[in-house]
Amino acid sequence: MAKVHVTTSVNGEETEYLCEPHETLLDVLRNNLQLTGTKEGCGSGDCGACSVTVDGRLTCSCLVLAVEAEGREIGTIEGVGDKEKLSVIQQKFLEHAALQCGICTPGLIVSTQAMLKDNPTPTEEDVRYYLAGNLCRCTGYDKIVRAVMDAAETLPSERGA
Amino acid sequence: MAVADYKAPSTVSEAVSLLASAQMKAKVMAGGTDLIIQSKSQTAEPLLVVDLKRIETMKDYQLTDEGLSLGPAMCCAEFTALEDVKAVYPGLTEAAYLIGSTQVQGRASVGGNLCNSSPAADTIPALIANGAQCVIEGPDGDRTVPVEDFVTGVGKNCLAANEILKRIVIPRPAPGTADAYLRFIPRTEMDIAVAGAGVSVTLDADGTCTAARVGIGAVAPTAMLVPAAAAALVGTKLDDTALEAAAKAASEASNPITDRRGTVEFRRHVVGVLVKRAAKIAQSRAQG
Ligand SMILES: Cc1cc2nc3c(=O)[nH]c(=O)nc-3n(C[C@H](O)[C@H](O)[C@H](O)COP(=O)(O)OP(=O)(O)OC[C@H]3O[C@@H](n4cnc5c(N)ncnc54)[C@H](O)[C@@H]3O)c2cc1C
Ligand code: FES
Ligand code: FES
Repeated sequence: MAKVHVTTSVNGEETEYLCEPHETLLDVLRNNLQLTGTKEGCGSGDCGACSVTVDGRLTCSCLVLAVEAEGREIGTIEGVGDKEKLSVIQQKFLEHAALQCGICTPGLIVSTQAMLKDNPTPTEEDVRYYLAGNLCRCTGYDKIVRAVMDAAETLPSERGA
Repeated sequence: MAVADYKAPSTVSEAVSLLASAQMKAKVMAGGTDLIIQSKSQTAEPLLVVDLKRIETMKDYQLTDEGLSLGPAMCCAEFTALEDVKAVYPGLTEAAYLIGSTQVQGRASVGGNLCNSSPAADTIPALIANGAQCVIEGPDGDRTVPVEDFVTGVGKNCLAANEILKRIVIPRPAPGTADAYLRFIPRTEMDIAVAGAGVSVTLDADGTCTAARVGIGAVAPTAMLVPAAAAALVGTKLDDTALEAAAKAASEASNPITDRRGTVEFRRHVVGVLVKRAAKIAQSRAQG
């Protein structure tokens, strides 16, 4: 089968790739674009390790075909923070030791960022429901929830609000 | 199936002709949360995926005096955020909100949930309770099917291979009407219904139920309308006797199986309890 040429935007940069029709966005991010921050935990929509945004909406990249990305805007963990300075959410995950093996962490950070954009003042219950699709097999979630709550409290002052 | 070709047409009729002229097995895709997983497993039979998400009328909605006309491919994250729709059909919004995680809702659609036709699909009992109609386009034009007749078996529905569900139309409820949907799962999130119930009731000024619809899910090969449960509610003030009778009718109408999520006896019982509780929620909303 002929490969398909796709032009898209990844973390604000125009990006082109060739993919097979059956390949997922997750496959292409990791294998073609070397953006390996996005993880594969299950490949079936259950674990959230592959979370990205497509046109601003949080999705599992394992459930998106790579060909679908034509003309869309993709956001991945590589677009969060920068080499000099971590984002507030990343910093809070470190401070609260909200990770052990780290496989779930990129997905959780992308999801947290998406949540705080829609709901800057979540309750703990909001956080637990919103992040229910991000599984972590190490931490027991408590530290993650604390890190997210702390990030939510810190972010408005960071923005000067 | 293995995705071997991909097309993203911009109109429904274009999509229908792609299905009709396909040289291999062809399926339309809305969010792909069922289809992509199915395509990864089983056989290597080549599949043409016809993406519906570049068709604007598949993702929009109109809420008028007539009711709701929904583009079936709108993702649940967008659908559940429609406050105007939620105000009229809170139970349907609840059902869509139960599908998977935030991430899954960013893709999964109400139309895909219906067309995938799983016995446990959450939105189907809620669509049944609301008397939804399915507008289907095929090579010979349009036809309309009531939602309770749409699904014909486990994973089967009345769509021909070259037909597309192009609209879900729900009449505007009469004054004094409200709906509710409840499901039972062993966890609080991210699980498939063991039993589900959607109920819509219409109350007159003194609280007497003048009309009702009851849809149940996950307790038979297809979600179904239970007229006997509705009949038990009509003419009453939804007192305990009426609610018990409706629960019993739903349990009797169910035809569940035993699997790792629940036994026949458990499912029969629970679906009755859910009908009762959903009817009470719908009642309090109708009075509110
Ligand atoms: C992790 C996870 C959790 C889930 N949890 C739930 C849950 O709690 N409850 C639940 O009910 N479901 C759940 N699902 C299943 C799935 O997400 C839903 O059924 C969803 O609504 C499917 O919608 P979609 O747009 O992704 O459909 P698709 O995958 O795009 O399509 C599903 C099927 O319908 C057909 N189809 C889609 N749209 C049309 C159309 N307009 N006309 C004709 N045919 C069409 C497709 O060809 C395909 O056969 C879950 C899935 C995952 C991955
Ligand atoms: S890898 Fe996509 S949800 Fe697990
Ligand atoms: S830190 Fe290991 S899965 Fe979350």
